[in-house]
Amino acid sequence: MFFTYLRRELAGRRRQTAIIAIGMALAIALVMIVNAVSTGVRDAQADVLDSVYGVGTDLTVAQEPTPPEEGEGGPRFEFDSGDGTTADGTTEISQSRLMAGFGSTTFDAGALADVEALDDVAAAAATLSLTNTTFNGELPDFRQGSDSAAPTEGEQLAAPPAGGFDGAGGSAFDVDSFTVLGLDPAAAAVGPLSAVALDEGRGLEASDTGDAVAVLDATYATSADLAVGDTIDVGGTEFEVVGIVTSTSADTETAANVYIPLDLAQSISGEDGMISSISVQATSADRIDALQADIEEALPDATVSTQADLAASVSGSLASASSLITNLGLWVSLAVLVAAFLIAILLTIQGVTRRTREFGTLKAIGWSNRRIVGQVSGESLVQGLIGGAAGLVLGLVGIWVVNLIAPTIGGASGSDLVAGGPGGGPVAMQAAPGGGFTGPAASAAGSAEVVLNAPVTLGVIAIAIGLAVLGGLVAGAFGGWRAARLRPAEALRSNA
Amino acid sequence: MSAAIEVAGHGTSTTAPSKGTPMYALENVSKTYVQSQRPITALKDVSLTIGAGQLVAIQGPTGGGKSTLLQMLGALDRPTSGRVALGDAELSHLPDSRLAGIRAKEIGFVFQGFNLIPTLTAQENVETALEPLGVPGDERRRRALAALESVGLADRAGHLPGELSGGQQQRVAIARALVKEPDVLLADEPTGNLDEDTRDEIMDLLEGLWRDRGLTLIVVTHDSAIARRAERRLHIKNGTVTER
Repeated sequence: MFFTYLRRELAGRRRQTAIIAIGMALAIALVMIVNAVSTGVRDAQADVLDSVYGVGTDLTVAQEPTPPEEGEGGPRFEFDSGDGTTADGTTEISQSRLMAGFGSTTFDAGALADVEALDDVAAAAATLSLTNTTFNGELPDFRQGSDSAAPTEGEQLAAPPAGGFDGAGGSAFDVDSFTVLGLDPAAAAVGPLSAVALDEGRGLEASDTGDAVAVLDATYATSADLAVGDTIDVGGTEFEVVGIVTSTSADTETAANVYIPLDLAQSISGEDGMISSISVQATSADRIDALQADIEEALPDATVSTQADLAASVSGSLASASSLITNLGLWVSLAVLVAAFLIAILLTIQGVTRRTREFGTLKAIGWSNRRIVGQVSGESLVQGLIGGAAGLVLGLVGIWVVNLIAPTIGGASGSDLVAGGPGGGPVAMQAAPGGGFTGPAASAAGSAEVVLNAPVTLGVIAIAIGLAVLGGLVAGAFGGWRAARLRPAEALRSNA
Repeated sequence: MSAAIEVAGHGTSTTAPSKGTPMYALENVSKTYVQSQRPITALKDVSLTIGAGQLVAIQGPTGGGKSTLLQMLGALDRPTSGRVALGDAELSHLPDSRLAGIRAKEIGFVFQGFNLIPTLTAQENVETALEPLGVPGDERRRRALAALESVGLADRAGHLPGELSGGQQQRVAIARALVKEPDVLLADEPTGNLDEDTRDEIMDLLEGLWRDRGLTLIVVTHDSAIARRAERRLHIKNGTVTER
């Protein structure tokens, strides 16, 4: 009888059933989409963070960047008059500089030992984030005019200037920069290289300390046309490429373009005994906060960031998406959910009011309050479940559409956290002949373009079903409460 | 003139009294409602007994207290003061759940507006009366169909109330009231919404069932033609019951 009555009621009151189901469906679908996109944004943030800080890094120790002093800033290239090679009236010059990433601050490598000495530290590794900038160009041979005597009065001028990139005395310069990360080859378990997969060759090994070997990011290796066995000029030193790595997350690049042993990175860049960041892995997740406090106490000048802090440091459109989802998405879905629940409750109560005489009759023929409340609640629950099923389908379609569109969002990590990012490609510049040249400042922040993927998880489906059941039960509880309060004598007198 | 008082025994369970023994005993029953902050007395110190198997007609003007009296007899409401007993059961003191149980087993209702559930078929409407008794599905369907057959509507078992005439709907309501084989049938203006021919048809049916099944049939009616068919007529006005 319960199911017969329930089925007949829902079929006989299709409009009310449809309104409640549609309201619930919209709300549930919206919550599902917001939840899935939110998970996608979190995953994207994690991808960006992993690519920069490495998998398993619980804390990152860095130092607040300080404004550059007078004369500091980007790399400065200075050439003597005899520098370069001259042929056919053209002098070719080239110089490579390796220096700390612009805006980053280095600090004493002794901090690593201080961190490692703390309780709750499972592993720690230091890195030195650098930018290599290569300046090369073609100049006209400035000696061509000074080799002969000055023209005397009445003589014609010597031949017009020749050489240079255009053969007419012009100059052309290329500035090529890439990011370099110096790291301890023996400590690859934590830090940026823990988040990479070997594509070709080998990774850095403990025995590489002191050797001029480099591992390249696959994207950079492709753009620079480099392969295992080739050499790359880093700060004027030729490094042999021994391996090529890719990010373990599909959509991001690794933390730097080039990875070299820390000791060489320090000596070539003139940052002997200095590091720019320490990646720390805690012994357990619940010790992270305590460890953060310990490190801050041991290194008062350092900035110690947890993964949560790092997530907050992710900027760019990824941050905007996160903010949009967290704020607007959450509140809109909550508002729609509350509205759907209210509609369901009001319509259920209205339905009970309209059926006052019906319930009065059932009470008169001996139906107990519990049986009537059960009937009303059952009807509401099924209405909620119908809405839930429709919402589940609608939500899955919405998530599918999001994944179909697959919006690309950019994420940059950490203004105050030091890391290399995929550097710029060659920057072509043309200038008049001159002396020194200050090249472009390199970006110090890690950045990545991430394709937003909204995953359908069991949690999302559980949310849909849970909300449907909850909505049905809440509406049923109110409707049932209303039905239970009906006195049979009064209900029978009702005109409803 | 007030009806004679024949007090039935006290208790909380009912047993069907044999013909002639008191089915109902009302003693100094008063009922006061508060409407728009004004007390309205619907029943004033009513005392009466109704014997088992009697056919009683209750008449009176609108607002005189007929429906209130019927609700007291139907265990739908409790008196403000006094006592109402159905067989051994003290209706005025039982909790709601026990009153619901008594209504489920002992009392059948027929209403002026039929009060059928519009989304259920005739057979399913009849089955609703067996639901609180916990009758299994197969037996429920069999008994409902038999009840419809007894009121001449077996061929309309699968029809919704909206597909039936007023007379047919009232027959379904009567089948619903009788399917559980109650001791008492309370009919509140059972022919009030019917034309004259159908009225007689329904009254013939009720009277036949009363006679065949030995029911106690109490009919509230405005219609003197119907009241005249009863073996006992009560008149209620301003909350006071008199015997005609």
